Amino acid sequence: MTASTMAGNPAETGQGYDDDVIRFLVAATMFWGVVGMLAGLVIALQLAYPLLNLDLPWTTFGRLRPVHTSGVIFAFGGNALLATSFYVVQRTCRARLWGGNLAWFVAWGYQTFIVLAASGYVFGITQAKEYAEPEWYTDLWLTVVWVAYLAVFVGTLVRRREPHIYVANWFYLAFIITIAMLHIINNLAVPVSFTGAKSYSAFAGVQDALTQWWYGHNAVGFFLTAGFLGMMYYFIPKQAQRPVYSYRLSIMHFWSLIFIYIWAGPHHLHYTALPDWAQTLGMTFSIMLWMPSWGGMINGLMTLSGAWDKLRTDPILRILVVSVAFYGMATFEGPLMSIKAVNGLSHYTDWTIGHVHSGALGWVGFVTFGAVYYLVPRLWGQPRLYSLKLVNIHFWVATIGIVLYITAMWISGILQGLMWRAYDTLGFLQYSFVETVEAMHPFYVIRALGGGLYLIGAIIMVYNLIQTVRGRQRVEAPIGAPTAAVAAA
Amino acid sequence: MSKIERDEVTGRETTGHEWDGIRELNTPLPRWWLLLFYACIVFSVGYWVLYPAWPIPGGFTKGILGYSSRGELTQEIAAARGAQQVYLDKIAATPLDQIPQNAELFQFAQSGGRSAFAVNCSPCHGAGGQGAKGYPNLLDDNWIWGGTLDQISATITHGIRWDADPDTHQNQMPAFLADGILKPNEIDDTAEYVLSLSGRSTDKSAAARGAEIFAANCVACHGEGGVGNPEMGAPSLKANIWLYGGDKNSIVTTIRYARKGVMPAWAGRLDPATIKQLAVYVHSLGGGK
Repeated sequence: MTASTMAGNPAETGQGYDDDVIRFLVAATMFWGVVGMLAGLVIALQLAYPLLNLDLPWTTFGRLRPVHTSGVIFAFGGNALLATSFYVVQRTCRARLWGGNLAWFVAWGYQTFIVLAASGYVFGITQAKEYAEPEWYTDLWLTVVWVAYLAVFVGTLVRRREPHIYVANWFYLAFIITIAMLHIINNLAVPVSFTGAKSYSAFAGVQDALTQWWYGHNAVGFFLTAGFLGMMYYFIPKQAQRPVYSYRLSIMHFWSLIFIYIWAGPHHLHYTALPDWAQTLGMTFSIMLWMPSWGGMINGLMTLSGAWDKLRTDPILRILVVSVAFYGMATFEGPLMSIKAVNGLSHYTDWTIGHVHSGALGWVGFVTFGAVYYLVPRLWGQPRLYSLKLVNIHFWVATIGIVLYITAMWISGILQGLMWRAYDTLGFLQYSFVETVEAMHPFYVIRALGGGLYLIGAIIMVYNLIQTVRGRQRVEAPIGAPTAAVAAA
Repeated sequence: MSKIERDEVTGRETTGHEWDGIRELNTPLPRWWLLLFYACIVFSVGYWVLYPAWPIPGGFTKGILGYSSRGELTQEIAAARGAQQVYLDKIAATPLDQIPQNAELFQFAQSGGRSAFAVNCSPCHGAGGQGAKGYPNLLDDNWIWGGTLDQISATITHGIRWDADPDTHQNQMPAFLADGILKPNEIDDTAEYVLSLSGRSTDKSAAARGAEIFAANCVACHGEGGVGNPEMGAPSLKANIWLYGGDKNSIVTTIRYARKGVMPAWAGRLDPATIKQLAVYVHSLGGGK
């Protein structure tokens, strides 16, 4: 079925598609990925060994932490989303990117945003809103770039030569539109002057907190979930060479995810000044979000029906499938942690950090790695990657890193939560805060080790990709093939 | 391009669409998925009936359980207080110096004092009361403002150099260089003499000169031979226990510029019963008098 229908398909020849900008964005993805993960390793080590703050304002944890979070979410993840959305929308619409050089404006404009944001953090310029730290001038610039992005994407959809819009593009479009809305509303602020960096938020008190977490949670929901589901819906069926498991499920989980996710933010503010009714809505919508999230996991995993044997021989597919497994795990853990009784233990502890990283390292990181491994030989016109063995090594090093990271944070977080609420027989608090910090130290060391392994994996990948782009192919036996069979052949 | 086909592996039909070689199967929704989704919705609706949930004009739906997180907290605090009330009443009614004689009260006061110490005092004095530079060690028997139960209680209650409290411990060691009282070489000699009080002087003639300066300037507070005076908060200079370091440079700096450490007055922040427990706990750490 595939050979005949795909011959002469413009998707395979690449002719007529605007791929220069995608090559640039793929390179940017990997560059910022290494930078962002390195920043993460530095701050992980700072938590274990505070001496590494170096007593300089620019290198303290407080300033480097947003460099890490923005670096991996917006720089690494954002460039991955730009690159893959431009690639996928062209192939699945059989249309060249709309707007000519507007796509290049988006690409360079987005890198400018990253540099403006990160340099601001280091010099202490921040709105102090988590994941929305950049000040007003950077926010305005990103708004311009984002509107251009929307225009390029929608323009390409409009000129499509397919009767229907592929599911990956629904997710990409939902991501682009919702992020625009979240970004603009949460960053409404009055600058103190047009020549200074400082501004004051339009919101105050608990309204500010709720707006922030409406933004913050849906940055997870629409940036790190919907956008990357779009990626999954293209690269898994392509790499597995299997049809998507269920069209009906994709419709159901798309609309339920989009509708329910936007309500879930208040679960970040349990047991605070936020009114009880808003906390209830945040919790219950998070619980109702469980199955809509899992719809994506089912569609990703079950697409491998009839192709499970490929996991043995194809490390790229293995990375993609493990990413979906981590997605499923994190989207089960999320609703669980939104339950107030559970949240009472988990909130403000490292459990949250572990949860975020099982999603970030496992899901977002791995699905991006899989997509980039798929893209690079095709974008640079090479027959295959330099080395599948190195992909396999990357997979194992990174997986061990994730397991070390999240188990360390689970143990540390639950330990921390239990110590905070421990009372002695006479009803007095058992531990001081500093004792809980001391108890977490070994887990902070293990976490840094896990993060370090993950970074090493990414560096192995960069080496593999550079060799691929240079047109080299390592001679190696196929992965997973029994040695006897190789000998017989 | 739009052609419904049957997938050989699963036996399912495709939707007939194709994008870049990707097709979709028309598989129905997994039953377990749909049932769990419904179950989550039913749970949520039930939760809305029981708990505060939806904003309505003039307020919000209260829920039939009458729950509020503020109410829950109030109840929990009341229950915790209630469980301790018997002891707290006894602590309030018992004079401070008699608490250690009552084994039951002493145990309660130690436990409460340890907990209050961990939350309020450990940031400066250390988790074990071991102190740090500028924050006295509370484990030894060397007390700046006195180590009896009443003296410890007074220090906790009113603080040190805490201007908001009229009864706070106050003293002013002059900054002998900055205030123009002594010359640098005189201060060096005085420091040499102070070193000699703990048997660490290496320059006998300087120490002898320093002894005269000490007698003229320091004895009023620190006493003959530097024995110290807890009434004035003047530390002993003989014990070789140093709040800001006991090497010659540190001592010279102290004489030149003086040190003015501050401790908050805890009256008003902690209730009297907690301060009593803290005093008992600190007194019991090893050095109480």
